[in-house]
Amino acid sequence: MELRASFEQHIEVHKFRNGAVISAAALALVLQAFLPIYIHRAEVLELPLLITIYFGLSRRNPSTGLLLGTAIGLLQDSLSAGPLGLYGISKTLVGYVASSIGTRLDTEHPLSRFALTIGFFALQQSVLVLTQRLLLAQVEPIFSMPMLIRALINGAIAVGLFALLDRLRKS
Amino acid sequence: MVGIPSRHRSLALLAVVVAAQVLLLAVQIRRERQGRLIRVWSVTLISPIERAGVWTIDNIRDIWGHYAGLRSTNRENRDLHEELNRLKLRNIVLESKAAESDRLASLLAFRQSHQEVPMVAARVIGAGADPGSKVIYLNRGEHSRLKRNMAVITPDGVVGKIIEVYPEAAQVLLVTDKESGVGAMLADSRTQTPADGLGEPRLALKYVSNDEKVYVGERVVTSGQDRIFPKDWPVGSVVAAKPANPFQVIRVQPAAHLQHLEEVFVLLSQQELEPQKDAPKVTDPAPRKSAPAAPPH
Repeated sequence: MELRASFEQHIEVHKFRNGAVISAAALALVLQAFLPIYIHRAEVLELPLLITIYFGLSRRNPSTGLLLGTAIGLLQDSLSAGPLGLYGISKTLVGYVASSIGTRLDTEHPLSRFALTIGFFALQQSVLVLTQRLLLAQVEPIFSMPMLIRALINGAIAVGLFALLDRLRKS
Repeated sequence: MVGIPSRHRSLALLAVVVAAQVLLLAVQIRRERQGRLIRVWSVTLISPIERAGVWTIDNIRDIWGHYAGLRSTNRENRDLHEELNRLKLRNIVLESKAAESDRLASLLAFRQSHQEVPMVAARVIGAGADPGSKVIYLNRGEHSRLKRNMAVITPDGVVGKIIEVYPEAAQVLLVTDKESGVGAMLADSRTQTPADGLGEPRLALKYVSNDEKVYVGERVVTSGQDRIFPKDWPVGSVVAAKPANPFQVIRVQPAAHLQHLEEVFVLLSQQELEPQKDAPKVTDPAPRKSAPAAPPH
């Protein structure tokens, strides 16, 4: 217990400039909603997810991480045609897990960010599919090649995006 | 979050937030033919409880109904048993009265058919205290003009003779007593012989020679030789006849039901009587001097 406490004391909790989280989340949602109108291939992006992952990993507070995920997910749901809560649940879990993992892993390295994003993308998809199957009675495939491609693309984008978002941190 | 350790707060918060969103989803989702999912869940969640509640209440009501029913059934059963016992008792009384009525009707018919014979109807009011002696007591005595050695009969046959007379009672020695006897004869062969009591239910014909053919079932009637009983009145029927030395051993079952006597007639004179066969019938004997007869008290 003492070793663990000592380890957690050395974990750096990043602070961000005022309004940075809200602005980034809002921008991600807006882009997520409008980019596909002009750029069809932008559908593969999951910017709200990336924002959730990033701030979850950075803030390293499970409570705020899951609440941020909830807020982003519900807003994403409200912008979509689906029922409220579908993305909310998945992003809540992603935010919680990301915040929890952030206290244990090195989340600054691009490779780990890439891998974590793919993992969180898979987690979100799993929760989405599970929710759809259980609640909506919609049988969606748990895994598909386009989904893997989307995960890889979002992982790659996450590396660049997270580097940009690092600039919003307070020094 | 009060009371929850800090490291579990986020987990609890996660659970709450996810559950809230699941509910939010359930409220929105509408399934075909089942309405909104929240309603489906609610019904699914509540219906087993309701079903269990209804089942429990039904069972309790059922058990209570059975219990109450059993209580009332038990009470009803007890009442019915009491009613049955009352009815049994009443039935016994009525049967007894009916039997008495039949007996009295029979006696009345007998009396009416023998109006010319002076006789007194009497009720048996007691029996002898000595088991060895076969005596009975009648409710008639000197005041009814009863005297010693008067014959006592029933429409079925001879009963005995009066051996003691009191003002309001009389003692009768039954023909079955060891000291008793009646002048008798075999109805078919007309062989005369006394029928003696043995102190048991049957009588004995003691002096019938082995040459006489006596068969079981043969009727035995009074001979009139004893000057107590009128002639040809039923004594009984032969139930056993065996050759012996020097006379046959013959046993006679008395015609009168001596074990169940209730009403009898006391003949005030040894006047001949027309014996009744199976059913009492009114005969039309030659007119004779009639004598008053009092009914049994």
